[in-house]
Amino acid sequence: MSDRNAEYDFKWCPGCGDFGVKRALEWAMQTYSEETETPMADTVMVAGIGCSGNMVHLVEGEQPFGIHGIHGRTLPVAFGVKQARPQTNTIIVAGDGDFLSIGAEHIGPAAQRNVDMTCVIMDNGVYGLTKGQASPTTIFGTQTSSTPFGKLEAAVKPFEQYLAHGVSFIGSHYSSRPRDLAKLIGEAMNHKGFSIVHVQSPCTTYNDTFDLLKGNKKAGIAPLVYAIPEDHDPSDKEQAEKLARAPGVPLGVIYKEDRPTLEDRQAEVRVKARSRTPQEMLDTYAV
Amino acid sequence: MGTTDLVVRFAGEAGVVTSAESLAATAAQAGYHVQTYATFPSQILGGPVHTQVHISTSPTLSDGDDVDVLVAFSEDGFNNHKDSLVPDGVIIYNSGEFDPPGDSNSFGLPFDDIAKEVGNARASNMVVLGAIAPLANFPLEALKEYVTKRFTRGRPGDEQIVEANSLALDRGAEAAEKSGFHLAELDPPIRPDYEQIMISGNAAIALGAVQGGLDFYAGYPISPATTVLVWMEANLVGEDRFAYQVSSEIEAIGAIIGAGYNGRKSMTATAGPGVALMSEGLGFAWMAEIPCVVVDVQRGGPATGLPTKTEQSDLFACMYPAHGDVRMPVIAPGTVEECFYAGALAVNWAERYQGPVMLMSEMQQAERSQNIPKPDLSKVTAAGREVYKGDMNGYQRYEPDEMGPMPLPGGPGAYVANASEHDGIGDSTHLPIRHIRGTERRFGKLKLLNDGPHEIENPDAAIAVMPWGGSKGPVREAYLQLQEEGVDIGWLYSMTLHPLPEAISEQLNKKEIVIVPELNYQGQWSRLLRADGYRATSITQYTGLPFKVGFLVEEIKQAVAAHKGGKVLV
Repeated sequence: MSDRNAEYDFKWCPGCGDFGVKRALEWAMQTYSEETETPMADTVMVAGIGCSGNMVHLVEGEQPFGIHGIHGRTLPVAFGVKQARPQTNTIIVAGDGDFLSIGAEHIGPAAQRNVDMTCVIMDNGVYGLTKGQASPTTIFGTQTSSTPFGKLEAAVKPFEQYLAHGVSFIGSHYSSRPRDLAKLIGEAMNHKGFSIVHVQSPCTTYNDTFDLLKGNKKAGIAPLVYAIPEDHDPSDKEQAEKLARAPGVPLGVIYKEDRPTLEDRQAEVRVKARSRTPQEMLDTYAV
Repeated sequence: MGTTDLVVRFAGEAGVVTSAESLAATAAQAGYHVQTYATFPSQILGGPVHTQVHISTSPTLSDGDDVDVLVAFSEDGFNNHKDSLVPDGVIIYNSGEFDPPGDSNSFGLPFDDIAKEVGNARASNMVVLGAIAPLANFPLEALKEYVTKRFTRGRPGDEQIVEANSLALDRGAEAAEKSGFHLAELDPPIRPDYEQIMISGNAAIALGAVQGGLDFYAGYPISPATTVLVWMEANLVGEDRFAYQVSSEIEAIGAIIGAGYNGRKSMTATAGPGVALMSEGLGFAWMAEIPCVVVDVQRGGPATGLPTKTEQSDLFACMYPAHGDVRMPVIAPGTVEECFYAGALAVNWAERYQGPVMLMSEMQQAERSQNIPKPDLSKVTAAGREVYKGDMNGYQRYEPDEMGPMPLPGGPGAYVANASEHDGIGDSTHLPIRHIRGTERRFGKLKLLNDGPHEIENPDAAIAVMPWGGSKGPVREAYLQLQEEGVDIGWLYSMTLHPLPEAISEQLNKKEIVIVPELNYQGQWSRLLRADGYRATSITQYTGLPFKVGFLVEEIKQAVAAHKGGKVLV
């Protein structure tokens, strides 16, 4: 909502990967709204805390509803949003710290339930808003302000975690190709079930990985990103696991599984349930 | 000589819950007023446990201080509870299990052997209830009617089951008559001329909330709030209703905030440890002004504390659950009947002031069954949400100093519900003027919650007792006794602890001293009253058990005497 709110003064650093993710989200939300013929007001964007959390204030164009909540709790809040009005297009935006550290406990339940909502994770491998501490995806041995002797923990492997939890759609991309990213986010929104698009979104101030991701011929750096081979079958879990373990950053859909969502299961139960009025409930207690 | 009250305690392991429930249900059907009390260990099954039934010819206020009949299912039950007996009370023990050392006021019955003899091993409870009847002149016929009603379920074999249970009642009664023991005869019931229900405090809160329009519940199992979750999973079903067991209390508070934001009337129920985990979420709901209800069924604390015992030690935690400048609306019902109305009021308050509401109950009233007047639902209305229906964009939900309608996703007025300080549309801001106006707006809305049910008696007395929450019953009984004895004290009671109704504040201002009996060490309510400028002192107890009336009578007398003697109590 920044375009018409001069008072709001938060800024991402110049060159931040999140700008690309913002553009991709704007396109994806607009396309979703048009294709499904649902108003933008049916989209709720749930953000956590961190640089990524400001997405909800910064998206331009037609405005979705937004929640900028507390650290690590995007998924619980989004669960309530989605279940309250199932037609809500529920988008979670979070960083690697919010989603994979303090909020990691919520990935499992959301994935097991297969709640129909979409997460866009901006992974910059660092805590940027607090000025450069190690995050779950910071690689082993990296010196940061909170790891002056190098990080003592190995970086978590998000894709392996997502697969283990049973996330039914796992996409991977990076922030420098917003058009392609928008398409991937759109696919995730259209997926019936719990989807995560994990985006490498570098922090130009504390962890600039643009060269590593894109490669730099002059410096002799081979790119980390690569297109997922065309013969990859995302419905094959073994292939997905192999891809998840492989080095580099694949671009595209790693895994996609069609299975009933929580909403489907609830619809089944609802038929069996006998809904009673408060008066009928009260009468069961008559002396 | 007749008596108006009978207190029966069942102690041991298996069977004590069924026995108490059966006796209570029978007594209520016969026209008596009843109230049960149960205490369980935090165990999967069994373990030492006792239940108590207080039967009276007038509405019951407490569990009953002393026990007229103790039914000991086990030797531990016998030893742990025999001292609670009144001097002329009787102990019935399970002689099939153990033989206590010679005791003049007890007699043995082989509960299980008799049950087997009558052809139904599960009828041992009825042997026990049959034995209680002649001791106190409790109507055996009422028990038989109960048995017929309970076991006539339209299944094959019902008749045999009814017959065996009926026979078990007879055999128990015969044995008791042979024992030669007699208690004072219980007066015949004075049947209430109004419709009644028999319900527990937790079920009453749940039902009240649904009547208040609740349609979204998320919870996580925790004693003694689990029964609310179980109730919701069974009842809050069907179209546009949602109940779900989530993965933690942190997820529960998040989910009800998300649902409240997206148009639902939402609630969770927990106990102290859960309130602690919900702390940050509650601050978020306060900050972003999202309607939702958190029920705290208190148990002993701190930390894991006493999971299955009763205490009123979460008041600080519920009134100030979050960091930063917050003070939550707090509703604390004092009876099972009030639990129903509190459930509805909490949901309505959350809508009316657009924010989180705390509803405090406690273990002893959560788990107890009581017959109460059947609520007239036509008099309990559900507040609708004031929804924004204006222009599509640009609505400043948080801009006015006075609260306005809430936009809902799907409709006009897109905004951000922000946990950070925010401007009118919900974008983050650090401007001093925004924080000043935001803070004042959030506190200012509380004045909308001015309709808390309250009671004022003997308003001119210089000293008043003022219980809160579930201590209301025993304190009321003590108060009535002190009135009879001519002690000049007033009665103040408010079901809402924050904000207080104006009439209560006025009374508090006038009192020389207000005496607050409460089940915690620090005297939490009187401390809060003193912080607000009132003169208050506490009578405290921190045993994990409810107050006894006799204890309160003495303590209140002492407090009154100390005050009159010039001893400063605060």
